[in-house]
Amino acid sequence: MTAQEVRLCGLLLQEHFGEVVERIGTHLLRGGAQNLRTIANETNTPLDLVKKSLCVLVQHGACEFGSGRRGPGSPVEYRASCERVLRVLRYPRYIYTAKTLYGDTGELIVEEVLQRGHMTMSNTVKTVADRLTHNMEEGRSMEYSEVVSAFSKLVETHFLQRCPPVAEMGTAATSTNPATPGTPAASASTAPPTAESNPDCYKLPHVTLIGRGKRRRSSDDSEEQRGGKKAKMDSESCGDEGIYWQVNFERFHQHFRDQAIISAVASKLDQTSSEIVRTMLRMSEVTTTQTAAYTQPLSANEIFRSLPPNYSISRPILDQYLSLLVDDPMEFVGKSGDSGGGMYVVNLQRALANLARATLESVVQERFGSRSARIFRLLLRKRHLEQKQVEDFAMIPAKEAKDMLYTLLSENLVQLQEIPKTPDHAPSRTFYLYTVNQLPTARLLLQHCYKTVANLIERRLFETKENKRLLEKSQRIEAILASLQASGAEPEQLTEVEEMITAPERQQLEALRHHINKLDSTENQVDETVFLLESYIFSTKTK
Amino acid sequence: MAGLGRGRGRGKGYMSFSIEAVGIGKGENLPPSILQPTPLFPPMEHKPVPLVMGEEAEYMLALKQEFRGNMKTLPFYVRPAVSKKDVERYSDKYQNSEPSDNTLEWNPDTSLSVDTPVDPKPSKKTRVDKEEIIHKLETLEKKEEEVTSDEEEGEKKKQEEEQQDGEEEYDEEEFEEETDYIMSYFDNGEEFGGDSDDNMDEAIY
Repeated sequence: MTAQEVRLCGLLLQEHFGEVVERIGTHLLRGGAQNLRTIANETNTPLDLVKKSLCVLVQHGACEFGSGRRGPGSPVEYRASCERVLRVLRYPRYIYTAKTLYGDTGELIVEEVLQRGHMTMSNTVKTVADRLTHNMEEGRSMEYSEVVSAFSKLVETHFLQRCPPVAEMGTAATSTNPATPGTPAASASTAPPTAESNPDCYKLPHVTLIGRGKRRRSSDDSEEQRGGKKAKMDSESCGDEGIYWQVNFERFHQHFRDQAIISAVASKLDQTSSEIVRTMLRMSEVTTTQTAAYTQPLSANEIFRSLPPNYSISRPILDQYLSLLVDDPMEFVGKSGDSGGGMYVVNLQRALANLARATLESVVQERFGSRSARIFRLLLRKRHLEQKQVEDFAMIPAKEAKDMLYTLLSENLVQLQEIPKTPDHAPSRTFYLYTVNQLPTARLLLQHCYKTVANLIERRLFETKENKRLLEKSQRIEAILASLQASGAEPEQLTEVEEMITAPERQQLEALRHHINKLDSTENQVDETVFLLESYIFSTKTK
Repeated sequence: MAGLGRGRGRGKGYMSFSIEAVGIGKGENLPPSILQPTPLFPPMEHKPVPLVMGEEAEYMLALKQEFRGNMKTLPFYVRPAVSKKDVERYSDKYQNSEPSDNTLEWNPDTSLSVDTPVDPKPSKKTRVDKEEIIHKLETLEKKEEEVTSDEEEGEKKKQEEEQQDGEEEYDEEEFEEETDYIMSYFDNGEEFGGDSDDNMDEAIY
């Protein structure tokens, strides 16, 4: 947990859950596992607020509780997860992906589950149906069964999963059914169970939900109360109590990674090759584990059969494309054998490494110019070079090459490696070689990205605070306008109210909105880089 | 780090490695040394690439802002219910400007915690802890409901509670006469002469 990560997590918690949760969350992130009393004392927060914050964090999966360090008798300790909090930055991307894959219904389901952390299926279905009904025309409402089918599709493709069962104090729980307390603990390991350790984690509960979404009208308060009571009674009889669902971030990440590879192939080669790679990835979705270095080998015959019908290319052309892909220096696709017309794999790890490398090169190019980027690429390819060799290979005059190298060195993108010729390391008899290590440089850039996003959020909060008075005024005027329009006022009254905001104030508001939108949009885009770098670093860890 | 020049008054200085090796030629002008912190917003030689603008980016932006707005209304946004007031004002009775504790709407499902049947003692403790937490939360909810709904009677209740709590100690002082004088210091002579009936031997001072 670096300082930048903790700072960013703090800002994200503050924006989404309030200052109290932010205080507790950053304290847990900085201090590791702690029990309730320690947290309350060290943050000077009343105990009930601490409990509520911890409940909120556990509900959203950002915090785990487990037995204390001194064995089963010691008080419960809470551990916050930095990685999970940073995912909050990527929520819009998850929701948008669900929309592209499963339409509006899928989008709303994922949005609801992300907002609430853990949700039961019946709750989700009802809320989503109500929301969809609200947006439809009068007289039409959403059937529960449609929402249920979208939900089950999400679960089948593993985008949603059941929440992991809670570990019992002292022993890990592998039983999924809380109704059988008599079963003894299965294993003695004390590792917290992941969602995947549950064999039923993708099994839908047997619940029949029949009904339609209810349209909420603002005038029918009494009906809503009665409807609310009815809804309560319905949820009690639904039968899937205790089975909570959460979003499976790893599956979404797999999808993003596949998308990145396909778009890289499309931009480097052409559309048809990207379709071939897309087919290969789709076929190996289920058979590839999360951390695999490459997909399972697929024979050319299988690929030919599984190509989408509108891409009718002949068999020999497919073979040509495949050999082109294999020969490409980016090494997206590799050949692992000759049976079945040729066995091909997608090199996931190498593809990620290449994508990360392209990101690094592009960063250097945009910050320092194309000649520095040339030097950087040269060093990446040739590993270790002396000062003189850099000048020669890059074809840049000595003075400028020196200057650029020193700039890169001061930014820590390039490192100096000493190789002594004599045991006394005399400087006149030592080789000084410039080198670039991809992995540490990627980590460095990732931390820069976190710092960038944190700065963007802080700037946005600053801008909002500066113009708070103006924003409040405009909100009040909008509220007045809305109520006037609802009660049927004349246009003169409306214009009179609108004129309460002067023209320069309107301009200021416009500029403010523009700035805030830009800052928000930038955060989304920096997150794309963060995703690439994180995936690359993660793929190198599991070797 | 290369060796530092030993004597600062000796021109470029003696360094423990030959300068030619790193690439600085003899007699070449080095860039001037920096005497102050770098400027806060240095002028950039290479301007950043403009943002990607498109339907997708705008839709994700709208999603993000909506999500943030929705999170503020959910019960997960913990607001401390107590707001510090410098002076109690008369209008507070009629203006409920405090953010009420909105986590009351959400009850975390504590049935997810499974207690070990193997060790009854520690499980009882944990069960009791969880039940205590639920119980405390419920009592807190009730207390806060009472406080927020009955604000007009709040002051009276506070007085009553104070009186009930401190009844033993402050009974005479605040209940009977609201003066600043502590009643027990004042002897109004009612008890004088009450003991004189029993023992005539002792002198009375």
